[in-house]
Amino acid sequence: MSRTFSIGGIHPGDNKISANAAIENFPLMETAYISLSQHLGAPAEPVVAKGDKVKTGQLIAKANGFISANIHSSVSGTVTSIEPYPDLSGNLVPHIIIKVEGDEWLEGIDRSEDIVREISMDSKEIIGKIADAGVVGLGGAAFPTHIKLSPPPNKKAEFLMINGAECEPYLTSDYRVMLESTEQILIGTKIMMKALGVKKAYFGVEENKPAAIKKLKAVASKGYKEIKIVSLKKMYPQGGEKQLIDAILKRRVPSMGLPIDTGVVVHNVGTALAVYEAIQKNKPLIDGVVTVTGKCMTEQRNFRLRVGTSFDTIMYAIGGFPKDAVKLVNGGPMMGKAISKMEAASVKSTSALLLLTDKETRRGVEGNCIRCGKCVDVCPMGLEPYLLNRLSRANRLEDLEVNMVHDCIECGSCMYSCPANIPLLDTIRLTKTQVLRIIRSRPKK
Amino acid sequence: MTTTIIFTIVSLTLLGLVLALILYFVAQRFKVEEDPRIDDVEAILPGANCGGCGFAGCRAFAEGCVKAESLDALSCPVGGNEVMKSVASYLGMSVAEKAPQVAVVRCNGNCDTRDKTNHYDGYSSCAVMSTLYSGDTGCSYGCLGHGDCVVSCSFDAIHMDPRTGLPEVDQDKCTACGACVKACPKMIIELRNKGPKNRRIFVSCINKDKGGVARKACTVACIGCLKCQKVCPFEAITISNNLAYIDFNKCKLCRKCVTECPTHAIWEVNFPIRLPKPVESINVEQ
Repeated sequence: MSRTFSIGGIHPGDNKISANAAIENFPLMETAYISLSQHLGAPAEPVVAKGDKVKTGQLIAKANGFISANIHSSVSGTVTSIEPYPDLSGNLVPHIIIKVEGDEWLEGIDRSEDIVREISMDSKEIIGKIADAGVVGLGGAAFPTHIKLSPPPNKKAEFLMINGAECEPYLTSDYRVMLESTEQILIGTKIMMKALGVKKAYFGVEENKPAAIKKLKAVASKGYKEIKIVSLKKMYPQGGEKQLIDAILKRRVPSMGLPIDTGVVVHNVGTALAVYEAIQKNKPLIDGVVTVTGKCMTEQRNFRLRVGTSFDTIMYAIGGFPKDAVKLVNGGPMMGKAISKMEAASVKSTSALLLLTDKETRRGVEGNCIRCGKCVDVCPMGLEPYLLNRLSRANRLEDLEVNMVHDCIECGSCMYSCPANIPLLDTIRLTKTQVLRIIRSRPKK
Repeated sequence: MTTTIIFTIVSLTLLGLVLALILYFVAQRFKVEEDPRIDDVEAILPGANCGGCGFAGCRAFAEGCVKAESLDALSCPVGGNEVMKSVASYLGMSVAEKAPQVAVVRCNGNCDTRDKTNHYDGYSSCAVMSTLYSGDTGCSYGCLGHGDCVVSCSFDAIHMDPRTGLPEVDQDKCTACGACVKACPKMIIELRNKGPKNRRIFVSCINKDKGGVARKACTVACIGCLKCQKVCPFEAITISNNLAYIDFNKCKLCRKCVTECPTHAIWEVNFPIRLPKPVESINVEQ
């Protein structure tokens, strides 16, 4: 019997239509636009100047502050400028713009296909190396990995959890990585276990990916016994770390708490691969696997994409915008955000580009709430979205805090299930940020 | 039968009297002492309960006035100087006269000057839209046009102009309570002095991008060219982050900056229409 999390959850259509497309290397772009704030936390500080020659894999911006990450050049060429450029949300943020000339890699990066199995570094060296390589969480939030791997001294990690749920419809980048780089991921998991000092790791995969589960189990049985492959029932939002911990260990992360409060550290499959490449191959995080999919596309693709490739370059490479596509979404259909400027470029955590037609994106006319309670049933955090929506519209922040609006993980299950097409998440997200700001501004006890 | 009726009347009357006495003594014992002047001051105030004064409502403001040692820091934006003067004379205090203010929309990018770059089909609210992305035009500072300010106004003084897609303030109805200033997520609306004869000059743009970027997004954006600052004889204009700002306390309404601005981002309001200079070369006799 497969496991899943205990409350809420929905079953959106699978639509993993790009699952059989093997990962191809995306052709080099002409210009790279590398954002200085690709991660959660403070923007990185550039260490190159206009006119400098850079090589692929060279450090171009250094972490600035505790929560921050290094950024490396994904291409070789000349820095043309460091200037504000539209990011994924359309706002202008500083980018390093590099004109691509050839593809000359920095010396010391192992680009061969050989699998390096021996882990020679100790825990401290691993964490230092991961920080140097600028690895961030590739599950979406882009939280710097080295911070997640060094829990505060009063908290002890018991287990490492690798998130291969990929519960969002359409997305297949993690699935392809699990199929094509199975052993590398398991070695990456082992490296992170060593860094954390834990003896056991769980690897959660949803059962709609039987090929990946089979291959992972086969490889894990040969020398990776400490990693347990867990098959999970298909349920959205299982890829949320709180839901994954609940599904596998039946432990609840407390409100406003972190997974480490239950003794677990959760990392994404893509992060495990990035860690493997950083430690064993000395390769910083400069590319990632991106699914380019959509029902309106004739050919589904999975690309290994360099960081800083602009979206119009990608669209050009796949043969232009499909005729009936009206929306380009960065991420999956549930939590992804529409891209408003095509000149914006991919970042480290970009995992999918989804093209949707007018029919797929059309919103229904908003009706009145009939208190059917569907949103309450599906909320994986046990909240009452219909109530939060009403309180949000009246801007009653104290009542919202009492009703735990800050626990919302913005999965969108409520809005998906609402028969009256009420934009529940839109209004809740707005007040959630305000309430969180109030809570964080309070003096700590 | 009769005895039952008499007994009921007597017992209920007695019960009523006893309860009335108890209530009377409880009310005397737990009486809340309140300054009677608060009621009188509240009667003077307009009773709009808009919160523009910074208090929760008119009653709270009246309480604040009675308790305050000086009225200079307090002001009722709806009632203006007249109401504040009568409050001051009732309380036997003096109050400094404040220049009347009005809300000013500092965005000028309408459908003709600021092209749409994408189409937003989400929930119609500026606050929600601004949490999602930069907006449906090239300018990431400008008005989003969903009318959060209109909803926030208790005086029906701000409306969306369907031609421009921008909010327009009715200066006669606006009381400068500041509700729209707080409601706007882009911080476009500002309270400025109404000015003599309601004449005022302001920079109708808050775009902080570099000149080229701003101009590309919107043809009437402030490009931070410094021309207005140079031409201003009263040093009322400061430019920071590629954006000009006119200090209304220093501005003497000479209108030199308005003619100088190459993008027409500086606006003059309620000035008489300038007549074109007579051109001498035309021969009228012919």
